[in-house]
Amino acid sequence: MSHPNVPATPAAAADPALLDELAGLIVSALNLEIQPNEIGPDDPLYGEGLGLDSIDILEVALAVSKRFGVQLRADNENNVAIFRSLRSLAEFIAANRSA
Amino acid sequence: MTRLPLIAHTAPGATFAWRDGEALDAARYLADVSRLADALPARQHLLNVCADRYRFAVGLGAALVRGQVTLMPPNHTPATVAQLLDYAPDAYCLHDGDDHGIAMPGLAVPASRPEADCAWSVPQIEATQVCAVVFTSGSTGRPEPHVKRWGPLVTDVTGEAQRLGLTDDPQRTLVATVPPQHMYGFESSLLVAMHSGAAFDASRPFFAADICAALDRIAGRRVLVTTPFHLRALLAESGALPALAMIVCATAPLSPQLAREAERRSGAPLLEIYGCTESGQLASRRPVLSNEWEPWPGVRVETRDGRAWASGGHVEQPTPLADVIEVQADGRFSLLGRSADMVNIAGKRTSLAYLSHELNSIAGVEDGVFLMPDEASEDGIARLAAVVVAPGLSRSALLDALRGRIDAVFLPRPLVFVDALPRAATGKLPREALLSLLTPRRPQGETGDRS
Repeated sequence: MSHPNVPATPAAAADPALLDELAGLIVSALNLEIQPNEIGPDDPLYGEGLGLDSIDILEVALAVSKRFGVQLRADNENNVAIFRSLRSLAEFIAANRSA
Repeated sequence: MTRLPLIAHTAPGATFAWRDGEALDAARYLADVSRLADALPARQHLLNVCADRYRFAVGLGAALVRGQVTLMPPNHTPATVAQLLDYAPDAYCLHDGDDHGIAMPGLAVPASRPEADCAWSVPQIEATQVCAVVFTSGSTGRPEPHVKRWGPLVTDVTGEAQRLGLTDDPQRTLVATVPPQHMYGFESSLLVAMHSGAAFDASRPFFAADICAALDRIAGRRVLVTTPFHLRALLAESGALPALAMIVCATAPLSPQLAREAERRSGAPLLEIYGCTESGQLASRRPVLSNEWEPWPGVRVETRDGRAWASGGHVEQPTPLADVIEVQADGRFSLLGRSADMVNIAGKRTSLAYLSHELNSIAGVEDGVFLMPDEASEDGIARLAAVVVAPGLSRSALLDALRGRIDAVFLPRPLVFVDALPRAATGKLPREALLSLLTPRRPQGETGDRS
């Protein structure tokens, strides 16, 4: 399976501070009943793993857009590759944020 | 016998669809349909999972030409696919050419290409031919089939095309955030264009930026076909909306504030559509002007024996509705509420009885029940809760088992494990007793107290 929106080989390891910030953002945006540090950087966010669905993903996209000024894109709802893991989301934001 | 054309476009060069900014004309569509019809296996039923709306349309047209029935289940979980195969053991899967994950023999829709020197001839389909069987989840664990014949479907979307302004202005293109595989998207993103001579975009944009980009790729007047769920995200994130000719919204109630803001920022009227899988679409309203729904021509909505019913027009047999309605003398009606067992989450509808049945069908579950803890704030997304007795199962094992059976949006949050359900002597489950099991688990900061 190809993931066109995510770099195949990350240029650099995702910034740990960004990973923490994103985990906190997801937990607060979705009112999850877990602590941010319970989300592993490589755990799947979508489907199995954290169990996010398309409703959550739109909520997180909105929170990411407001916090980082990055608008998420997908080919279609079934191909939200950016949400493969916290790390892939962090890498996308790091590569696209304006600041 | 009455025969009706596959499409209403009257010229080979009329725009039928847009894909990646390229206009595909009606002759191209008919050539693609004809080629695929020749390639379909000699079977009676197919599951068309194409995410690309144009490919879905080619698959639908080819199936109609060959007299094959398109199956439309509420989801594609492994359990649902197994039940579809019980219903139609010969079913095969028509797909985009990727890894579709459906346990059926598969066929990819071939790449689209124009046919040189192809005579213009629109296939004619018997009005009585079964076009699709659409399934609702039912309450017994068996999906309930609803047969959709070509003639009534055409009548249905012809009524809709007038409301959408497509009859007078077929130069419009529909851009939809909903899939063609469910009844609303089937009618309002595809059939209504096929039967008014309008066009549709092949994509299914999801994020706000995707929706704006899909609209920007289309030259001409655009109609956005969406749900309150997508519309709310679009308005929250996007600064400027591309100019629209109309917004069409369905599947869940829309707040008056959201409707007004959508009209103000798009410069277009917002039309809400009312209908259900069983009856198809029935009525529309423009919520900034009226709370009352105006039925399609020929359709009657009325209350009998304490239930709401639809009949007439494209509705072949009187069909009960899941909503509580109040009918005016002129045939318009208002929605007063939903029957207690029905739930609608982000536009996906099911019943609590069905979800509880699936929960109790999982090995290791001794007792369990789904419930809707609170009515969601308007336009917000409510989540279901479940209380379960399953001493041998872990939370993750139970969630994995549920994920194989029901759509992910219905997965319970919270999922509470207990030693026994608080059943009354009659076996009934008092709602208050169930809610008290959920309350301590509410995350802090949530304003759930409503006495």
